[in-house]
Amino acid sequence: MTRSGSFNVAARLRRALGAVVGLLAFGVAVNASADQLSEDLAGLASKDAADVSRAIIKAANRGDARALPALHALDDGKLRFDTVKHLLIKADTGKLSDALTGAAANAQGKLEEPASDNEVRRALSPALASLSLSAPDPKTRLAAARSLGRPSDEIVPILRKLKTKESDADVKMALALALAPADMVSPKPADRVRALEAIRTASDATFKGDVERLLLKGEDGKFVEPDASVRAAASAAISAIETRQFLINSVANTFYGLSLGSVLILCALGLAITFGLMRVINMAHGEMMMIGAYTSFVVQNFFIAHLASHLDWYIAVAVPAAFAVSGAVGVLMERTVIRHLYGRPLETLLATWGISLLLIQTVRLIFGAQNVTVANPSWLSGGVEILPEVVLTYSRLAVIAFSIVVMLFVWALMQKTRLGLEVRAVTQNREMAAAMGISTRRVDMWTFGIGSGVAGLGGVALSQLSNVGPELGQGYIVDSFMVVVLGGVGKLAGTIVGGLGLGLVNKYLEPVAGAVLGKICILGFIIVFIQRRPQGIFALKGRAAEGM
Amino acid sequence: MTAEPAVGLKALHSRRGWIGVGAATLIVGVIVPLLSVAVPASSPLHVPDYLVALLGKFLCYGIVALAIDLIWGFTGILSLGHGVFFALGGYAMGMYLMLSIGAQGVYKSVLPDFMVFLDWKELPWFWRGFDNLSVALAAALLVPGLLAFAFGYFAFRSRIRGVYFSIITQALTYALMLLFFRNETGFGGNNGLTDFKSLYGYDLHEPSTKVALYVLSALGLLLTYLLCRFIVTSKAGRVLRAIRDVESRAMFVGFNPTSYKLFAWTLSAILCGLAGALYVPQVGIINPGEMQPANSIEMAIWVAVGGRATLFGAILGAFLVNGMRSFFTAAMPNAWLYILGSLFIAVTLFFPDGVAGALGRLKRKS
Repeated sequence: MTRSGSFNVAARLRRALGAVVGLLAFGVAVNASADQLSEDLAGLASKDAADVSRAIIKAANRGDARALPALHALDDGKLRFDTVKHLLIKADTGKLSDALTGAAANAQGKLEEPASDNEVRRALSPALASLSLSAPDPKTRLAAARSLGRPSDEIVPILRKLKTKESDADVKMALALALAPADMVSPKPADRVRALEAIRTASDATFKGDVERLLLKGEDGKFVEPDASVRAAASAAISAIETRQFLINSVANTFYGLSLGSVLILCALGLAITFGLMRVINMAHGEMMMIGAYTSFVVQNFFIAHLASHLDWYIAVAVPAAFAVSGAVGVLMERTVIRHLYGRPLETLLATWGISLLLIQTVRLIFGAQNVTVANPSWLSGGVEILPEVVLTYSRLAVIAFSIVVMLFVWALMQKTRLGLEVRAVTQNREMAAAMGISTRRVDMWTFGIGSGVAGLGGVALSQLSNVGPELGQGYIVDSFMVVVLGGVGKLAGTIVGGLGLGLVNKYLEPVAGAVLGKICILGFIIVFIQRRPQGIFALKGRAAEGM
Repeated sequence: MTAEPAVGLKALHSRRGWIGVGAATLIVGVIVPLLSVAVPASSPLHVPDYLVALLGKFLCYGIVALAIDLIWGFTGILSLGHGVFFALGGYAMGMYLMLSIGAQGVYKSVLPDFMVFLDWKELPWFWRGFDNLSVALAAALLVPGLLAFAFGYFAFRSRIRGVYFSIITQALTYALMLLFFRNETGFGGNNGLTDFKSLYGYDLHEPSTKVALYVLSALGLLLTYLLCRFIVTSKAGRVLRAIRDVESRAMFVGFNPTSYKLFAWTLSAILCGLAGALYVPQVGIINPGEMQPANSIEMAIWVAVGGRATLFGAILGAFLVNGMRSFFTAAMPNAWLYILGSLFIAVTLFFPDGVAGALGRLKRKS
């Protein structure tokens, strides 16, 4: 497809000739009978590459789309011929069918593959293109036009001809774009302007370099492009390309930002419960995520070993299992260590750090220090392309949806259940709540368990996006503290805004400043933000705001 | 505590206290180096080189522990970012050592090897002057000091305290670690600064240089101890403790907690910078790994294990925890994290006043 000039002169002449013949032939009404077609294609059944390329050019000039299956098969290496030179297509399954009619057929004698060399391959692609471009179905033509890339010199005249005849606007557009590289080097300024207009309408980023070259100045200080109207068209094309790139990047960054933000929210929601509501700094919170992720790994392996036919649904078991396991570890932590440290936040911080070391080392001893892979279920692999180059993967979409579900779950738990009521009561005034008959110790235990369980859910989500290792949680702990502090301690809504904001800003900054510098900017911003507004985005009002 | 504050040397220690300090200095600062240099290697009394190197590291950790005790034990501010100040001091010294390699590096260029590797043509502006030892030493103290001052000024002015302060100091060390990991930052990126050859003309691989650095570290620890002791026994030290215990009351009595906290915080950072500068020539490398949040948290646990607000407990804790680390990472590598983790939990749950507190209880009983 590239316009390389490294083939020999004879071949070039011959193909130029072929193209001229093609041009002449194109004007003639194409109404070839199957006989004529099979006559054209007969040359394909040859061990001589020159015969094969001649046959291809003939078929292309005939312009009969019925030759396409045979040529595609040749392209894919599936075309065969038998001893009576009958052309057959050999499917991957080994079944043979007639290359022209598509009917099942049998071979007579030994099957052979047509000869192939560079010459054949070079003839084949324009032939395929011009044939599919004259197909009756506009969709086929559009697909063919789009797959042209940068057409070689030989098929440019064919394309021009086809373009004038084309009725479908989209196909015409695609053809104009395919012709743009040839038009851009045309001596006529009008051609160049036309090419640039096609590029501008399509806003295709692959042409950016070519267009920019037109606006450069040569060594003599003059523009490479002498014509001012062409230069104006070139600037218009560049700005159109840039606008489109910006749009694509914004959409992609928003999507990645949302999915990163969802993970942060999942991690920070649990933290907002333990830190925000209970004032307990749990440095082992990241490890609760890690445990959740490893739980889904174990569940996955269990399914592989015992329920392989239902493997796709392991995640449905992994979610509650991770919540239960992480929650149980959290309850255990609360009962054995944290309970004794209420009111001593700095000591809690150190003790929970110690717990995180124990958990990391335990997991490392059980599962090894290497990362383990948790595979996406098949219904989560793949994605939907909403713009060219922007693919929304199902796993990320699922994580976003999952975090919304978890948020609703936490909200309902806190607002609609008896336990949530008690938690809020204890948060606001521990003594008063105790005086009202609430067992504050029991509430503490459950709150901590739920917070840890939610972190475990975050771990399941994370296992779908990245590898799972013993140190998985460590990477998220600083971020999730930032989310909680940014959002305002004790405010679940703040956590959500903080998490989304942090995720989006992170992804918007990455292309500008690079991943690391972007992160540093954010940390710097948060440090400054907290100093200006220690109460976070959402300030607590009233008594709860005191004593922090 | 005392009705009438004592003056002069008496203010720092009782007679018995001074005897203890003198004895410890004699053993650590004089006898150990003598046993290493003057006693032949065949003698059972000989202190091998590796032990001198190890103890030299511990002496630097001791300075860090004192710095943390000053700000946490006496002022009540838990920093989870002291590793940054330590590493910045280390980097300042590392830059001097890097430039004194001269053209002896792998690429035979006057530029440090990593800059040649990055295809840089000249020293970045912030490396200028670091070929001078006194400039490097000044930077090792001033850069951490200035960073701490700026950070503390805004934080304390906004009344950020408790766990919030701890968390943002952790974010600080995390952010700077990420920054120093970048090659473009100009401090050797991932690998940091290493392959040092000589310090002020003395070959760093010579045992005599190592012993000299050891003695310098011991001296640094002694001076730091005396300085901290002077501060905590002074009036300012009592204000610091008042702030730690009830900040609002200290404020109502008429002290400005912000300036006292800022003083202790900045001094603490400077001491960490000193420790870093003494540490790097002894271990021969400084890289961003020193700024990992985990390192800074461990520094806090040294002080917790030894006993807060006792100064000598902090030094003891630094030696104990790091001694255990050296022993267990070699003998039982898998067990070390369990031990360290349990240490965090046990100290906070069962020994809130650490080893020093336990020793004090024993003494009172007898």
